[in-house]
Amino acid sequence: MAKAAAKKTAAAASPSVDRRPALAGRSTTATGVKVEVLPPAERISLRAPEASVAALSKALGLTLPKKPKTSASKGGRTALWLGPDEWLVIDEGGNDPLADCATVAALHSAVGISHRNIAISVAGPAAEATINAGCPQDLSLDAFPAGAASRTILGKAEIVLLRTSDDAFRVECWRSFSDYVFTFLSEGARDAAG
Amino acid sequence: MLLIRCPYCEEERPELEFRNAGEAHIARSTDIAGESDDDFEKFFFIRSNPKGIIYERWRHMHGCARFFNAVRDTVTDKFVMTYKAGEPKPAKLPGVAK
Ligand SMILES: [Zn+2]
Repeated sequence: MAKAAAKKTAAAASPSVDRRPALAGRSTTATGVKVEVLPPAERISLRAPEASVAALSKALGLTLPKKPKTSASKGGRTALWLGPDEWLVIDEGGNDPLADCATVAALHSAVGISHRNIAISVAGPAAEATINAGCPQDLSLDAFPAGAASRTILGKAEIVLLRTSDDAFRVECWRSFSDYVFTFLSEGARDAAG
Repeated sequence: MLLIRCPYCEEERPELEFRNAGEAHIARSTDIAGESDDDFEKFFFIRSNPKGIIYERWRHMHGCARFFNAVRDTVTDKFVMTYKAGEPKPAKLPGVAK
């Protein structure tokens, strides 16, 4: 019995077990916009006082932004300003920002949230209108240019929004909200196209 | 939609991102166990509930997530000004005759 249980545990921990991220591969297309679930990424929630920012920036290999509603990007890694002492760091290059922060002695809190979030890409000339179907922020290029990032809401769900280019956004939401958020964006895409 | 200026985000943002968090500038006693029942009742339950200017705590819940203070008119629902948590009650309010 114990042997069988041990075997089972080993199998569950084995990397050969398929990981099935929420909504993997889902996408929808409407005139002028494509809504698509993005592949898994490494993510951390980072909290740190002013005095630790330089050391953390050095370890992460990018300058943590200090200006509200901005982000910084380098080598597949993006740091989004969420609050005066709070950042969301996303790594799409397969490197682990949590391990990089672990080398920093300065006071900080880094929590791995890679699997907590799902990312959805909204891209095309109608992307802005699609997100504005449920997000009350001013997303005009003057108010929310490429590189702008903000925690905000979409319908009833909280999201983190990053404008990756003039007509493309990355929407991050909690895994348990992802079905709602994806469906909402799909409806928004249809409205924006119509 | 009502727009509220967040002093941490340094811009006006839609009201849906915010939550009210009750009256501001209510200091908890440093010796809460030594408070009389009457004083505790005043601190804990009694609020000014004015008709007109009120000082409130608000939280930019779905934004930077920080608490801050706001001066609001309960008659017009207009925000007079906002300022960071920990800052003193503003001595002068812009555009308010007193
Ligand atoms: Zn804010």
